Amino acid sequence: MEAMAMMPYQQEQTNHIERPIQHRFSPYDFNGGTVLAIAGEDFAVIASDTRLMTGFSILARDVPKTTQYTTNTVVGSCGFHGDVLTLTKVIQTRLKMFTYLHQKEMDTSSVAAMLSTVLYYRRFFPYYVYNIVAGIDTEGKGCVYSFDPVGSYERETYRAGGSASSMLQPLLDNQIGMKNQEGAKQVPLAKAKAVALVKDVFTSAAERDIHTGDAVCIHVITKQGTTKETYPLRRD
Amino acid sequence: MATPAFPTSFVPGPLWGNGPTPGQVYNFPGAATAPDQWGTQRTLNPSVTTTSVLAVKYKDGVVMAADMLGSYGSLARYRNCPRLQKINDKTILGCSGDYADFQFLSNIINQRVVEEECLNDGFSYTPPGLHSWLTRVMYNRRSQFNPLWNTYLVGGIHQEKPFLGYVDKIGIAYEADTIATGFGAYLALPILRDAVEKNKKMEEKQAVELIDRCMKLLFYRDARSLNKYQVAVVTKKGSEIRGPIVSEANWEIAHMVKGYE
Repeated sequence: MEAMAMMPYQQEQTNHIERPIQHRFSPYDFNGGTVLAIAGEDFAVIASDTRLMTGFSILARDVPKTTQYTTNTVVGSCGFHGDVLTLTKVIQTRLKMFTYLHQKEMDTSSVAAMLSTVLYYRRFFPYYVYNIVAGIDTEGKGCVYSFDPVGSYERETYRAGGSASSMLQPLLDNQIGMKNQEGAKQVPLAKAKAVALVKDVFTSAAERDIHTGDAVCIHVITKQGTTKETYPLRRD
Repeated sequence: MATPAFPTSFVPGPLWGNGPTPGQVYNFPGAATAPDQWGTQRTLNPSVTTTSVLAVKYKDGVVMAADMLGSYGSLARYRNCPRLQKINDKTILGCSGDYADFQFLSNIINQRVVEEECLNDGFSYTPPGLHSWLTRVMYNRRSQFNPLWNTYLVGGIHQEKPFLGYVDKIGIAYEADTIATGFGAYLALPILRDAVEKNKKMEEKQAVELIDRCMKLLFYRDARSLNKYQVAVVTKKGSEIRGPIVSEANWEIAHMVKGYE
């Protein structure tokens, strides 16, 4: 029984392990933001809110998470803003090299494929970024590609990503996918209807999600190019 | 058969017991310097730290302020730590966080500014240029798990317009009209934002008064702050660092605050 008693040095070691650590370095943060994209017959709409957060603090109110990559490709990226900036920089550099080499802009489908490989390259120290690519495909049709942070991707007709994605996606399933409706007909989505829907869903998301708000930046992409519009959201 | 000089049954005892084998280092149980079995150990926490930096854009420039305290944990250790830096006539830099890391990066920046000036080509570091460079340095260090434990604010004039940018230790970066780091993000930023929203064409005098008021507020409420601070101002005419300024505090009503003893 005597032998079972804890030796003094053992006790000392336990104290050492339980010593509180003041700061623990984390290379990641979550800076909020919601991205949403809808593909129409000959257009695509992509939108993001402009709030940048950390914890419960608002860092800035006018930082759109959408970036125009080519004349007809816009990418929405949210998650950890440090990775968003770096990833955007890497992609834009590679697109520039592509244009100099081939004397033409990269297709939307190719931008998506490249983004996937760039993301997977960091498989074991990932870019903590949720991406959605929107644009016009080679046949002139609107297209949307959605990604996970390590590069898995697929083409879709509509997708919400980021902090309020779980609120927006079911709403889009119902309003654009016509899911869970009796006898509803699938009618081609008009551009104006898509933009109005984007404004409505972002207004709703800003009501419930604290990471989404301030304003929503909406890009409408057509064969002719893209237009940008900003619509205010609640700022609290 | 010759008899051996020593009986074969004799085995000498160990040279010394309860210690490291010869050539090894003794490790005290539970000591902080445990054997390095998980690779290189980096500084993953700050030691001498500084608190908030405040900055606001106004009609024709940027005002930035930071106090001069260097804290060692809860000890107010150094009372004369300047952490606003003039980069050139149109760029200023402010820093909060680990003071040693700031001095390290500050030396690098100064050297680069000198080398840049030696070219004498009429170019100099622009505020967005320095901001972008800091973004890459900070992100690169965080990716190597060896961060510079700082938040930097870059202020200045670029293409005739005020510029104000933020970069932190993991590479988050943005531009905004008002920025505050540390405790200032909770206490001063709402006041700064409110003032800027109500007065979009703020004059320099008003901006400096606003910053002064926020620095005093931080001295009252932030336990890691000091009433001695510097103010940096950049306009088209150039950049300057003012101070040290000492804000006069009034603690007359302090004795009425009760119930927190």
